[in-house]
Amino acid sequence: MQKIGKQTVKFDTPPTILQTASIVGPKEADGPLASYFDQCLEDEFWGEKSWEKAESKIIKETVNMAIAKSGIPSEQIDYCFAGDLLNQCISSSFGLRELNIPFFGIFGACSTFVEALCMASIFLEGGAASYALCAASSHFCSAEKQFRFPLELGNQRPPTSQWTVTGSGAAIVAKNGMGPYITHITPGKIVDMGIKDANNMGAAMAPAALDTLISHFKDTGRSPSYYDAILTGDLGHVGKEILIEMAETKGYNIKSNYNDCGVLIFDKEKQDTHSGRKWLCLLWNCIFWISI
Amino acid sequence: MKPIQTKKDYQNYVEQKSPNSPIIKNCFNAFWVGGLICSIGQIIFNYCKYRGMDIQISNTIVSIILIGLSAFLTGLNLFNRIGKFAGAGSLVPITGFANSVVSPAMEYKSEGYVMGVGGKMFTVAGPVLVFGISASIVVGILYLIFNTQSITLV
Repeated sequence: MQKIGKQTVKFDTPPTILQTASIVGPKEADGPLASYFDQCLEDEFWGEKSWEKAESKIIKETVNMAIAKSGIPSEQIDYCFAGDLLNQCISSSFGLRELNIPFFGIFGACSTFVEALCMASIFLEGGAASYALCAASSHFCSAEKQFRFPLELGNQRPPTSQWTVTGSGAAIVAKNGMGPYITHITPGKIVDMGIKDANNMGAAMAPAALDTLISHFKDTGRSPSYYDAILTGDLGHVGKEILIEMAETKGYNIKSNYNDCGVLIFDKEKQDTHSGRKWLCLLWNCIFWISI
Repeated sequence: MKPIQTKKDYQNYVEQKSPNSPIIKNCFNAFWVGGLICSIGQIIFNYCKYRGMDIQISNTIVSIILIGLSAFLTGLNLFNRIGKFAGAGSLVPITGFANSVVSPAMEYKSEGYVMGVGGKMFTVAGPVLVFGISASIVVGILYLIFNTQSITLV
């Protein structure tokens, strides 16, 4: 493990993403990616009394599914890195309390899942663990309740507002394996360009994503065309366009291989989301390169 | 496109990139739905007067019925759909105020009746109450000072 350039870590024996699992809510199940999820729920409560409890159950079941799929007994998993959008990471800490794996509660908002992968990779590469568990969850209803307005309130969402995904993703990361590998991580800086509109998060986050991407290209000496795919987590339609255009002005053409997970998960034409959305999973202020 | 240097440049750029709300459509929907709600209120009012009630009681009955109706529709998960369609049309009449009290009450019921429903019921309507009541006190004081007739009444 060594630091290259300004803010990138390069792994000598890259950790492997051994197995993944995902559970999503009904709206995500209607979207274009439905067939890729392990389980799709029929309602937002999943038999629980509150949205927060439902979210806890979603992350718990997703983690159990990832462990079961990997075939690694949970006693052999050394650490668990997980987080969500709610105060004190309440969904993940309640959801994973019966897991009996040492737990790092992390908060990176939209970048939580990648933050988990970054930290797990460093633990694995440093020899502190052989297997690590990474997970993140979000729930549209619990997030709206905490950050915005009650769902029953009769207000209008502007076209730039995003739709939080209901769902959870989990991955088992191993020290040794056949790939896909995490070979580099580039944690990003906080870049605030003064966007004050809470309903236009894509525009607020795009400058940070751009800064991270450029830092990654400079640190590794690669160009955008080196990659099969460059993905951000949740810039949405507005943020995606802004990122592509701004990258172009800096001399990086990412038009052909760049996409945004928030754009991918819902169908703007068929589903009422009012633009993209935000999902827990995948990266915006961290990029990592997976080689298969 | 030129490279963006300052925050101001970026804000202008974002402004121009972000799609605007369909204002004309929103205004039109707000206009007719808001008008319809007010007409319903007027019909109730006229009916009450027709049945021989005085103006004050008729006004109260109109408010009670519209608030009750709005709270009921909120509970059925219908008012938010009307609100999404009509915007200020359903939000500005008393129906919107009822909705803004009932919706947090429903939302926070999962946190218990005292700290949940009781404590959070006015999270949306609270500012309206605080500034509405404050403004009425200020206006009252001004009225008292500048209207000499009122002093004799006091």
